[in-house]
Amino acid sequence: MNGLAAAFAIARKDLRTEWRTKESLNASVSFAIVILVLFSFAFDLDREERLAISGGLLWLVYAFAGALIVNRSFARELPNDCLDILIASPAPPWAVFIGKAAACFFLLLLVELISLPVFGLFYNIRWIGSFFSLLLVIALATWGITVVGTAFSAVTVNVRLRELMLPVLLYPLLIPLLIGAMELTTGLLNGNAVLSDIRLLIVFDVVYTSLAIMLIEFILVI
Amino acid sequence: MVAASADRVWKYFGDYPALRGATIEVRQGACVALIGRNGAGKTTLLRILASLSKPSKGEVTLLGLSTRSPEARRRIGYLGHGIGVYDDLSAFENLTLFGQLAGVSDPKEAANKALERVGLIRVKEGLAREFSRGMRQRLAIARAFLHDPDLLLLDEPFTSLDDRAIAVLQELLAAARARGSTIVMSTHQLREAMELATDVALLERGRMVFAGPSTPEMVLDPGWLYRTYGEQQA
Amino acid sequence: MREKAIYVLGILGTALLVLNFYRIFLVIPIDALQGAIYRIIFIHVPAAITADAFYAVAVIASIAFLIRKNFAWDSLAVSAVEVGTMFTLVNLATGSIWGRVEWGIWWAWDARMTSQLMLFLLYLGYLLLRPAVTEPTQRATMSAILAIFAFADIPIVTMAIRLHNVRTQHPGPVLETGGLAPVYWPPFLTGIAVFLLLGSAMVLVRLHQESSRREIDSLRREIHAI
Repeated sequence: MNGLAAAFAIARKDLRTEWRTKESLNASVSFAIVILVLFSFAFDLDREERLAISGGLLWLVYAFAGALIVNRSFARELPNDCLDILIASPAPPWAVFIGKAAACFFLLLLVELISLPVFGLFYNIRWIGSFFSLLLVIALATWGITVVGTAFSAVTVNVRLRELMLPVLLYPLLIPLLIGAMELTTGLLNGNAVLSDIRLLIVFDVVYTSLAIMLIEFILVI
Repeated sequence: MVAASADRVWKYFGDYPALRGATIEVRQGACVALIGRNGAGKTTLLRILASLSKPSKGEVTLLGLSTRSPEARRRIGYLGHGIGVYDDLSAFENLTLFGQLAGVSDPKEAANKALERVGLIRVKEGLAREFSRGMRQRLAIARAFLHDPDLLLLDEPFTSLDDRAIAVLQELLAAARARGSTIVMSTHQLREAMELATDVALLERGRMVFAGPSTPEMVLDPGWLYRTYGEQQA
Repeated sequence: MREKAIYVLGILGTALLVLNFYRIFLVIPIDALQGAIYRIIFIHVPAAITADAFYAVAVIASIAFLIRKNFAWDSLAVSAVEVGTMFTLVNLATGSIWGRVEWGIWWAWDARMTSQLMLFLLYLGYLLLRPAVTEPTQRATMSAILAIFAFADIPIVTMAIRLHNVRTQHPGPVLETGGLAPVYWPPFLTGIAVFLLLGSAMVLVRLHQESSRREIDSLRREIHAI
């Protein structure tokens, strides 16, 4: 079986099992909404201020939700030693990785698309006008989060205090990506985005996708 | 033809050498009983052969290829301590997935056939989570034998199986042997192992102290091996 | 042999340090615009450059470990990261002090300082991961992966902070090194050399510590094997 087909099968498996239990989906969406509500109590902002922080707030929420989702990625392979079976199978390690990263991507994207209207509602921010550009930014940045997050999920799968270590390692690395996403999002919601900033997201995605694919075998077979 | 070989393999976990220069050559078609006390290194050796783990020192080959070659991995079947099936997928979905990963030409048909062989065809849509323990074990067995592997690596496969599962496993093992497949089976239940085995390998604290054909003596009195070749207790 | 190298580097480094401090504090004329505090540049920037050098050593050692599996490379990587992180802290502290004197605030979120803070956080993660993994081969492998990921982020971080600061009008780099007057170059370069020497001495000390630890480990292994 070629790598892409294996990746597809594994992605579909992850999505199917997640859809049946909806464990991380429910947790992430609830968490995202709670944070959105909490922030609205934390600050008393007028319209201009809200627009100014819009991108920052949205991506904070997405980053937190993302950590919850990627944490489950390799952790779900631990019961019954399923990870062993995946590694022992002829599927190339990069296919196992890409399959899982793709599944996380779609799950996180779903959480984000559910949270977006909630955000628009609570903060009175119009996002429909720039929806497609916004979607592009969200997709690129979400891929960056999931590709690094899934790699770190594999790194920390057998580590003590995994739920704590994963965010500690993940967030510093994601900071440049999140900065780019925040700037672009705020710009799009305010109507003054500098679209060339998207270069930053693309560079991040390309660099880390390549690195992760190259290094994944070292992480999985010790 | 050598189905699997380990040449002076060492494996360290931190300070502890789980394997100390273990060497074995498994010829094709053999059924090797890998015996040894708990902690002797049987699981470690099997995991290295199954390409799950890299030796700290030494060389390992599978079917003449390196352990990480996809061609080799396509032809091995591994049954470890964990059953290796997803709780939230149905029996059919589990086997179809593993069939796809193993490169089987028609995964769905292979899954159905395997489910028939282990007697789970009537509950094929049931989630693995809902199965009884014996059923889960039979599903695990189905997964390991699904793609008719040339080399089977089984880690204490008879441990805590119910009667039905034991019967299923013995049947599949016999069929595999008839097909010319090679089996390496670790166990500390000497009696069952001895009856099936053509060869025996004894691991004692990480060292392979004996590896060779099984003899009538061993079958009649499995403890004989330990007494003759085992290390003196300190 | 290694002991000798440590002594030589240490003494040479310290001597040069003293010499350089003398030059910095007593010989160099004071910058007209910024006053005496400007002298801190001779510590602040060399510290950053030294840290970057050691991070580069760490990533090379990490790649070498993944390829060769020799634990000596892992020891070099962790030593280099520790020393590099220390110099990053020096850079952050001196930058903060400068900001306090010049701008009245301890932290100004300017481009350079923010980038250095990001670096610090990245490598802090590396130092936090190590004790969390108990098995040595796994620890060395995961650390190597992390070091590679972190190093790849350095240029991306710089790109991002620059973008952010342009958009949000944060101050540009507080300490400009472009256009250093010629009289400033000797102590500046010496400062870099000093830190590199002292840093290397520290890495060697740490390496010595690591190799002792590995020796003890392997002795323990012998005992277990009997």
